[in-house]
Amino acid sequence: MSKVLEVIDLKKTYRSNFLIKSFPALTGISFSVEQGDIYGFLGPNGAGKTTTIKCITGLIKPNAGSIRINGESYDQVSSRRHFGYLPESPYFYDYLTASEFLFFNGRLLNMSMSQITERSRELLKLVGLAGKDSIPLRKFSKGMLQRVGLAQSMLQDPGILILDEPFSGLDPVGRKELRDIIFAEKERGKTIFFSSHILQDVEMIADEVAIIVKGSIARQGKLSELLSHTIENHEIVVTEISEKMLAEIHSGFIFKDGHYLLRLGLGENTNEIVESVIHNGGRIVSVTPIKKTLEDIFLQELGEEK
Amino acid sequence: MNWKAIVLNTLKEAIRNKIFYLLFFFGLFFVFSSRIIGLLTIGDQTKVIKDVGLASINFFCVLIAIFTGINLVHKEIDKKTIYTILSKPISRDQFILGKFLGLLLTVGIALASMATIFILFLVLTTGKFEASLLLYFLMLFMELAILISISLLFSSFSTPILSSIFTITIYLIGQITWTYNHFKYLLKTPLTRVLTDVVYYLLPNLHKYNVKNEIVLGTPVAIGQLLVAVGYSVLYIGCILFATLMIFRKREFQ
Repeated sequence: MSKVLEVIDLKKTYRSNFLIKSFPALTGISFSVEQGDIYGFLGPNGAGKTTTIKCITGLIKPNAGSIRINGESYDQVSSRRHFGYLPESPYFYDYLTASEFLFFNGRLLNMSMSQITERSRELLKLVGLAGKDSIPLRKFSKGMLQRVGLAQSMLQDPGILILDEPFSGLDPVGRKELRDIIFAEKERGKTIFFSSHILQDVEMIADEVAIIVKGSIARQGKLSELLSHTIENHEIVVTEISEKMLAEIHSGFIFKDGHYLLRLGLGENTNEIVESVIHNGGRIVSVTPIKKTLEDIFLQELGEEK
Repeated sequence: MNWKAIVLNTLKEAIRNKIFYLLFFFGLFFVFSSRIIGLLTIGDQTKVIKDVGLASINFFCVLIAIFTGINLVHKEIDKKTIYTILSKPISRDQFILGKFLGLLLTVGIALASMATIFILFLVLTTGKFEASLLLYFLMLFMELAILISISLLFSSFSTPILSSIFTITIYLIGQITWTYNHFKYLLKTPLTRVLTDVVYYLLPNLHKYNVKNEIVLGTPVAIGQLLVAVGYSVLYIGCILFATLMIFRKREFQ
């Protein structure tokens, strides 16, 4: 698969003035996104996610490094034909209705009247705003603005969708609908690059992730690879065994809903413990491998204990 | 031609703004009140109507140009609406030129509407049409275009309050810069004279557009003055827009 977005050694320092010291927002980050992937860009607040996205979209000029979008440099105006962009906490012209707003954006993209009309109808339906096209945007809730923002980013049916914190402001139903839209776009061969600090959403949809901390990428790779090497221990649920007997086999357990739950630590032999339980008349209900979650990896990179 | 979308959206934004209507209708109110003032004045009523009516149109169009212009770019940055525009295949130069033309169109429509109403009002009152009024409005339009370019320049890097202070100050100074030629002999040192000359040429000379006395008194306006005014507008607006583009190209939207 070809690389549709390549960021190489990107650096950005926000200039200082008399009162504020200069602040290095990006200290040399590199990553690439392949066509058809869903790429999650993870990081705590102030890590540099939005700065990176603003560099890609041409809103900020990096001090060093290169960005190529479908082979075109980010500073070429024509490179912006390749992507649609949803800013974080979008605010749009509140005096326009949803359809007027999409019409305005369509004209900026040099789309014809008929193309805009047809596409607007499709997209407003897709994002759950059908029938609300003549309501001024000032009457829209935050979630509705997020949806209309998503619609404008998809207007010209771009190959890449760049979404900055797309899940913020959405209720659980809205988040599920957005995930479905993202999956549907991936099915159509589109590439989705999104930033988020909502780990569950990233874990549910991303093919590849990059964790950005203090302006540099701390970890990146296929989500499946990041998580597969990290089976930490096993959780064994047993029953039909006395507490005294179980205490002799393994010291750490809890009693819950009529079952004993044993959580094994690193280096403990799962097979031996299972055999001992069976040998002493107990019954194994389940043995579950406990993997590291994205949250564990994320917090580890932040240098914090979960 | 995607910059046209910026022009039309700027017009749409202005005409959906309550301040625009407030200033527009206040302007018309003063135009009509010129008749009452004319009735209360001893002397040539037509002259008073023209005097008050033209001054009202001038004053309220200047206010529309300044108060719409100062928000033009700053609001886009402040409200972050600019993010979705500049991330589209549209250059920053196109954005600024689109904004300028959009406001020029807005002020042009306001001026044309007020002028049409005033001319009709004058025809109904005096029974005759004065073509020279069109020249007055053309000169006023050129003056407003300069003012729009200045307010756009300040709006590209400053807040609306500071922009309005700067623009109004420059507008007022621009009305009297021509007097500099009468007292520059008072400047003794060559350095002071050079520095003052630089400031003189940087500030607009809006007196070039003042033909109100000629129009009200019915004296002819020299064709040379009109040509100089047109040339000066093109040159001055070109320089101001160039400076605005230079500043805006370097702006970052954090």
